[in-house]
Amino acid sequence: MNAARCVAIAVFRESVRDRVFYNLLFFAVLLVGASILIGQLTAGQDIKIIKDLGLSATSLFGLFIAIFVGISLVSKEVDRRSVYPLFAKPIRRSEFVVGKYAGLLLTLLANTIVMTVAIYLVLFFLSRGVPDGVRKAWDAPALDPALLKAIALIYVDIALVTAIALFFSTYSSPMLSAVFTLGIYVAGQFNTDLRRFDQIVSSPVAAAIGKGLYYVLPDFARFDVKLAVVHGIPVSGTYVLLATAYAAVYIAALLFGATLLFSRRDFK
Amino acid sequence: MKLIAAAVCFAGAVALHAAEDRYLPKPAVDRPELLYVRSPETARRVVLRYQGIAADLYWIRAIQHFGEEHLSPPSHVRTYALLYPLLDLTTTLDPYFSIAYRFGAIFLGEQYPGGPGRPDLAIALLKKGLAAQPAKWQYMQDLGFVYYWHLRDYKTAASCFERAADIPGAPNWLRPLAAVTLAEGGQRSASRTLWEQLAQSDEDWLRDSAKLRLTQLDAMDTIDALHARVDRYRQQHPGQPVTWERLVAAGLLPGVPLDSSGAPFVLDPATGYITVARESKLFPLPGQIQAPQ
Repeated sequence: MNAARCVAIAVFRESVRDRVFYNLLFFAVLLVGASILIGQLTAGQDIKIIKDLGLSATSLFGLFIAIFVGISLVSKEVDRRSVYPLFAKPIRRSEFVVGKYAGLLLTLLANTIVMTVAIYLVLFFLSRGVPDGVRKAWDAPALDPALLKAIALIYVDIALVTAIALFFSTYSSPMLSAVFTLGIYVAGQFNTDLRRFDQIVSSPVAAAIGKGLYYVLPDFARFDVKLAVVHGIPVSGTYVLLATAYAAVYIAALLFGATLLFSRRDFK
Repeated sequence: MKLIAAAVCFAGAVALHAAEDRYLPKPAVDRPELLYVRSPETARRVVLRYQGIAADLYWIRAIQHFGEEHLSPPSHVRTYALLYPLLDLTTTLDPYFSIAYRFGAIFLGEQYPGGPGRPDLAIALLKKGLAAQPAKWQYMQDLGFVYYWHLRDYKTAASCFERAADIPGAPNWLRPLAAVTLAEGGQRSASRTLWEQLAQSDEDWLRDSAKLRLTQLDAMDTIDALHARVDRYRQQHPGQPVTWERLVAAGLLPGVPLDSSGAPFVLDPATGYITVARESKLFPLPGQIQAPQ
């Protein structure tokens, strides 16, 4: 796995070189700008809105990086033919795939950590000096540690998206990989509808297909606890653990699949 | 050179934008056709898992719409047409958005022209909130206020306060409030008790709204006292029009009476009817004006 670690570090360095982290600057400007403006616009809902904005932006920026960097992780190396000298070295294709995935995950982790710190800093400055009477009206404290649960699940969510993007990247063009990944991501939002498909169709076959898709497609809605956390609705540790375990198993399946597809590709 | 060209083009775009605003001004208020997504359920699906931030945007838009209509020039017929659809979208996207239900209900119930004067929609919004969060006694209490203040249905109002008091965590003053409402419904003292309770709310805007209502009740007390002086003047000078100047000249008043916002009370010389002026911050008092149908 030493080779995989080297690939991962190389991916991380490449992200820095490709100025992926410039999004953090945009994120900071967005949060600080919003925190100045929204106090005037939102009838005392600034803490709630900064939480919503911070969590949504963390999720959205992470998603864009996961998809648009993830889809070219492998295909770029193949197109540039840089895989040829790489495979001449003692590195297995599975190590290459896992290393690429781990590298992007590391980039996303650094990104998410900086965004989390930025959210808490803005919340800290916004909540300073707020009278106790006003604090009592908030659904949850400004510096609520439960926000970390939502952020952890956002990270799990984008880790799964990265795995999907990487899976398609091993055998398809970046454009098609982006379309497939986005398609699965959007379909995965409506899983609950697929489960209840039998209530709106009369055909038992269609209902069975709907139910089958419900279990096969990744259930992205499972990772969304943003609303609950912002409103102080408890999210149990067990829920977070189970959702993470579900994602881990799904990611493992995708990585095995990606490794298998990539191993069978003929680069001669 | 290229940098200068880019800067010149950018400045040109800004200048054109400003010129457009000057010569082709945008409509001063929202129009109903400008609400592109009308179905809350569709909006919920379109925004994927970003319901929270989407609800915030609709909430900001609801406040802006209310403010724009509220402060629109007299030439504009205020309809507040987008207010309920925007609040409905907000609360469908984020069913736990308490302030959207609570302040939304105040917006909707507000008498015309200060608001749309639609207590029915305020009730619908609060019932939607109760369906989402049955344990929120505050929504049930607000429902009682709407029945009491806007619809003067004291029996239903008392029942709402009673049901709010039954919800675990509700304050202990709600049950006596239900009794007062039932016994003294329609009396100003009961209204004052109600608004004094709401003035203790944790929410800034609700407190401010309750303070305005209390000031309106003070103004109504003052108007009653002024009516007594007007009646005395009319007994002393039968058949003569009554004005503040005449009351002052007759020694019945020290000067033209002002309400707490500094605006003079309005006196109808023919009937002796007194109310607050249109430019007063207390306008309109309950029942002072009706919304256009």
